[in-house]
Amino acid sequence: MPLLLALLILCGYGLLILSSATGENSAKLDRQLLHLGLSFLTLLSIAQIPPRYFYRWAPWFYGGGLFLLIVVLILGEIGKGAQRWLDLGIVRFQPSELLKLAVPLMLAWFLSRGPLPPRGFRTFWALVLTLIPVLLIAAQPDLGTALLVASAGGFVLFLAGLSWRFILGLIAAGAALMPVLWHFMRDYQRQRVLTLLDPERDPLGAGYHIIQSKIAIGSGGLYGKGLGNGTQSHLEFLPERSTDFIFAVLGEELGLFGILALLGIYLFIIFRGLYMAAHIPNTFGRLLAGSLILVFFVYLFVNMGMVSGLLPVVGVPLPLVSYGGTSMLTLMAGFGILMSLYTQSVARGSP
Amino acid sequence: MNPLYRNGGTLRRRRAKQLAVRTPNFRLRAWVLLSSLGLFLLAVIGAAIYRQIWEGDFLQKEGGLRHLRLVEIPARRGMILDRNGEPLAVSAPVASVWANPKQLLPHPQAIQALANVLELSPATLRQRLETHQKRAFLYLKRRIAPAQARKVARIRKQYGIRELGTKTEYQRFYPSGEIFGQILGITDVDDRGIEGLELAFDDWLRAEPGLQRVIQDGRHRIIEEVERVRPPQHGKDLVLSLDRRLQFLAYQELMRAVRKYRAKAASAVVLDVASGEILAMVNQPAFNPNAKRGKARASWRNRAVTDVMEPGSTVKPLVAALALEQGVVRPRTPINTSPGILRVGRHRVRDIHNYGRLNTTSVLTKSSNVGIVKIALKMERQALWQFYDRLGFGHATGVEFPGEVRGRLRPFQRWSNFEHATLAFGYGLSVTTLQLARAYSVLASDGILRPLTLLKRDQVPEGERILRARTAQQVRHMLETVVSPEGTAQRAAIPNYRVAGKTGTAKKAVAGGYAKHRYQAVFAGMVPATQPRFVMVVMVDEPQGKYYGGLVAAPVFSKVMADALRLYNVPPDELQKTLLVARRES
Repeated sequence: MPLLLALLILCGYGLLILSSATGENSAKLDRQLLHLGLSFLTLLSIAQIPPRYFYRWAPWFYGGGLFLLIVVLILGEIGKGAQRWLDLGIVRFQPSELLKLAVPLMLAWFLSRGPLPPRGFRTFWALVLTLIPVLLIAAQPDLGTALLVASAGGFVLFLAGLSWRFILGLIAAGAALMPVLWHFMRDYQRQRVLTLLDPERDPLGAGYHIIQSKIAIGSGGLYGKGLGNGTQSHLEFLPERSTDFIFAVLGEELGLFGILALLGIYLFIIFRGLYMAAHIPNTFGRLLAGSLILVFFVYLFVNMGMVSGLLPVVGVPLPLVSYGGTSMLTLMAGFGILMSLYTQSVARGSP
Repeated sequence: MNPLYRNGGTLRRRRAKQLAVRTPNFRLRAWVLLSSLGLFLLAVIGAAIYRQIWEGDFLQKEGGLRHLRLVEIPARRGMILDRNGEPLAVSAPVASVWANPKQLLPHPQAIQALANVLELSPATLRQRLETHQKRAFLYLKRRIAPAQARKVARIRKQYGIRELGTKTEYQRFYPSGEIFGQILGITDVDDRGIEGLELAFDDWLRAEPGLQRVIQDGRHRIIEEVERVRPPQHGKDLVLSLDRRLQFLAYQELMRAVRKYRAKAASAVVLDVASGEILAMVNQPAFNPNAKRGKARASWRNRAVTDVMEPGSTVKPLVAALALEQGVVRPRTPINTSPGILRVGRHRVRDIHNYGRLNTTSVLTKSSNVGIVKIALKMERQALWQFYDRLGFGHATGVEFPGEVRGRLRPFQRWSNFEHATLAFGYGLSVTTLQLARAYSVLASDGILRPLTLLKRDQVPEGERILRARTAQQVRHMLETVVSPEGTAQRAAIPNYRVAGKTGTAKKAVAGGYAKHRYQAVFAGMVPATQPRFVMVVMVDEPQGKYYGGLVAAPVFSKVMADALRLYNVPPDELQKTLLVARRES
């Protein structure tokens, strides 16, 4: 169980950073502990489900997810300028999170049913199956999740052996569509792209997040200022310091070595995940597992890229470290599926 | 459908026919995946290294700039006190309200409440907040009362607006208001003196705000004081020679005279004979330094030192003193003023009446122009000039008051014969009220001239002897007759004290000659005459109706000096018989 161990280490490290980032607000830390417990419970329970159930339920799960997405667009609750939440009375819940799992499930199911690599027509349908939820999520608007869901679908296709010409064609088409996309972007989204190119354009407004984040990371130096001693993060200069920008807190307080340690844990998880995916004997499992672990990688890529100022600001948390229960639950469920696929087919030696 | 897609599709279909299922090169795919993973890793690590090692110093400094701030520690400007330690100008701590417009704008009720407390119009306040909403710090109102500051704190709490607060500043208050108006002057919004003594002694009074380095959070709150870069230096206090009580008396009486005679302006000065200190200096029209003020106005002028007059008859005792000193006359030397007109060259000097045969003393008693000219013409013009010059006419008094003028005394070489004559009765030269008082202090202090000052003196400077003591005493004695029923200033008399003084009623000089019905009424005197304690000069500019110095200015002298003698416990030098009888009876 090296993966489970690595996840535990990562979550412990994450809690350490979070405890510093939240400062005296121990209620937040308590809640995060609760999230962690729930998530690990989910992981362990899902890991016990035989893979054939995933295969069987995939279309239903996907269909239900789409339905909820439509419901949220119609009656969802508005928070922070976007319509993403569904209030179920006890818990508020983002249906878009479900699609992070539902889309790779559905695609793996769909593609593993026919010959691989998929032919043109089937590729087209696979694209449609991916794009419908992506567009619905983008309409909320929730660019970060849409990106993650799209990449989840894309990875399944990629792993299924989509031809290189097709992939290059898609990239070319995407590049050609950029201006059109720009046209459809909302003002704040354009702002974010412009800010990436030149954060000093509006240092107190749109550029504030990224400038403060750079300063926080930069002032950490090689060894950092020590946990709890970060001036930028603790004096409320750094925004969203317990969620999306927690990486900057790490950079300031634990320095370059802290960052390298975190990257090491992440890398281990990703490699271990890829190794596990490669050793799953059936197509469905391989496609699904590969996609799930690669989405984890995209999380990392987008969040760290954003905080480091390499990518525009997109609301993607640092996986399993940022404060927040929803994304953690989804990620852990994903790892649960991965473990189930691996252990119940490889380790037990039965497909 | 995308043509590219169709191409790919046909291509694939063709290939699919050839090889039933052609497995893609998974090894390549794995490499692509791994290398993109590696690339990303390199980018993130590269960015971190770049930020933390290469750019580290710069970003650390930037970070420091954000939370380490230099903050001013307010310092208090020095107080101005009167000679008895009564505060005349004090810097009181007041609060200035500031806010972050972004935080305040979402609370219309809070804006309404703030506008009420700060006595602003809600619409204007809202508009100002909107115009400056990009700023994080905006003064809503500066220098509010403590009660208002407490109400602001309550609004802050009620609406939970974190970035709304007050800062301590100092505001200058003048407890005596217009009584000291022009003397103290005013300060500007940066606490610098711009008028009066506030300007003259600005270096002494000025406070240097301290500096401290603090750790501040993203909401401008001070978390911790790191170090004091510079301690605040409070200004030093300034103790004046002025006496608030005398100043008040003089102010009151002068104002009364100005109202009664509907005069244009007036000024009065009281000197302490023994020390040369100025005890009171007042002017009309008055000026209240506490009131809101716009541009400089005429009422800001300290006329006692900035405005000149022709002293007129008030110089006659000085001429007489010089004549006695030189032995040209003696107090009883007869002088014939008949027929009241004296030809000097092509001009004539006139008296109001034909006083006939007078002596040196009664020339002063009656204020005869003809008489004093006859005496003056017995002396060299150089001697007269020299005497005036030594008395300080044409020279600054040394009080260093901003805007002080020196008056005018032409060099004797250029005097005509007639000028020699007119200078003896106070025309052809100009002096300030303070200069005249200074000249009289020589008569009062038995011939010693002391530099004047507005600051309290611990040590009395020795001064310069200008007249023999005997001469000064003789002149004082002669001047007592002026305040007698025979003299021109009976109204200057004070019961139980002997008063020596002289009136002056000068026609005002205007361009091209003298105005017909515009006068300056002056009285210059000292008390008690045997050994004077105070010298006081009262000048009333353009009184209407009555205009004689003896009628307009002398009563001011009498009332102020009577109270001053009582306040300073000066023993009477002429107890009236009734008082003696009363004492015997009791």
